[in-house]
Amino acid sequence: MSARKPYVRPMDGWWRRNPFFLRYMVRESSAVLLAIYAVILLTGVFRLSQGEAAYAAWFAALTCPFSILFHWVALLTVCYHAYTWWKVMPKTMPMLVIGGRRISEVALSGIGWAATLAMSVAVYALARWA
Amino acid sequence: MKRSNEPVFWSLFGAGGVLSALLGPILIFITGIIAPVGLWLPQEAIGYPRMLAIAQSWCGKVTIFVVISLFLWHAVHRIYHSLHDLGIRAGAGAAAVCYGFALVATLATAGLLLIIGF
Repeated sequence: MSARKPYVRPMDGWWRRNPFFLRYMVRESSAVLLAIYAVILLTGVFRLSQGEAAYAAWFAALTCPFSILFHWVALLTVCYHAYTWWKVMPKTMPMLVIGGRRISEVALSGIGWAATLAMSVAVYALARWA
Repeated sequence: MKRSNEPVFWSLFGAGGVLSALLGPILIFITGIIAPVGLWLPQEAIGYPRMLAIAQSWCGKVTIFVVISLFLWHAVHRIYHSLHDLGIRAGAGAAAVCYGFALVATLATAGLLLIIGF
C-alpha cells in the first residue's frame, strides 16, 4: 500500500469562486423553490378536497410572514429562471429564417420575455376581474 | 445499444420550463403574495367558493393538473442533474427518488381533482 496522499483540489464551495458559477447555481436553485411552490399548490388542492374549513386553514397559513417571505424569494428566483430560459432558447432551437433574413437571438429572446409579460398581465386580469 | 429514456424526461423538463417561465412568476405573485396580503387583489380572489368552482370545471382541472405536474417534472429533472455539482453521486437511487416524487405528485393531483368532482 502506498502511503502517498496525492493532492486533490478541494471542490467545496466551488460555485462561490466565480460570478458565472454563482449565477448558474442561482438558476439551478430556482428548481428547488419551484418544487416547493408546486407542493404548496398540491397541498391547496388536497385541502380544497376536504372542504371549506380545511381550505381556510391552508389560506391562513399563506398569510403568515414566513410564507410571504418564502414567496418573495421564490418569485425573484423563478423570475431569474424565466429570464435565463428565454435567453438560452435561441441556442436550443434551429435557426429561424424569415424572408431570407435570420432572426437574431436577441429578437427571439425578446419574444419570450414579452410572452411572459403578456401572460402575467392576462392572468392578473383574470384573477382580478373575471 | 439500449435506448435512452432521457428524451422523455427532457421533454417534460422542457415543457415545465416553458410553462414555469410563462406562468411561474405571476402565479407565485398572486397566490403567495398579493392575495394573502389582500393588496391589489381581494383575498376572495383565491377564496374557497372561487377555487372550488375552478377545480370543478374541466378547464380548471386541466390547468391545475398541468401546472402542478409540469412544474414538478421540470424541477426534479433540474435537481437531479444538479446533484453532481453539489458533490452527490447521481445514480439510479437518486433518479428513482427524484422522478418517483414527480410521478407520485402527478398521480396525487389527478386523484384529488377526481375526488373534488364536477
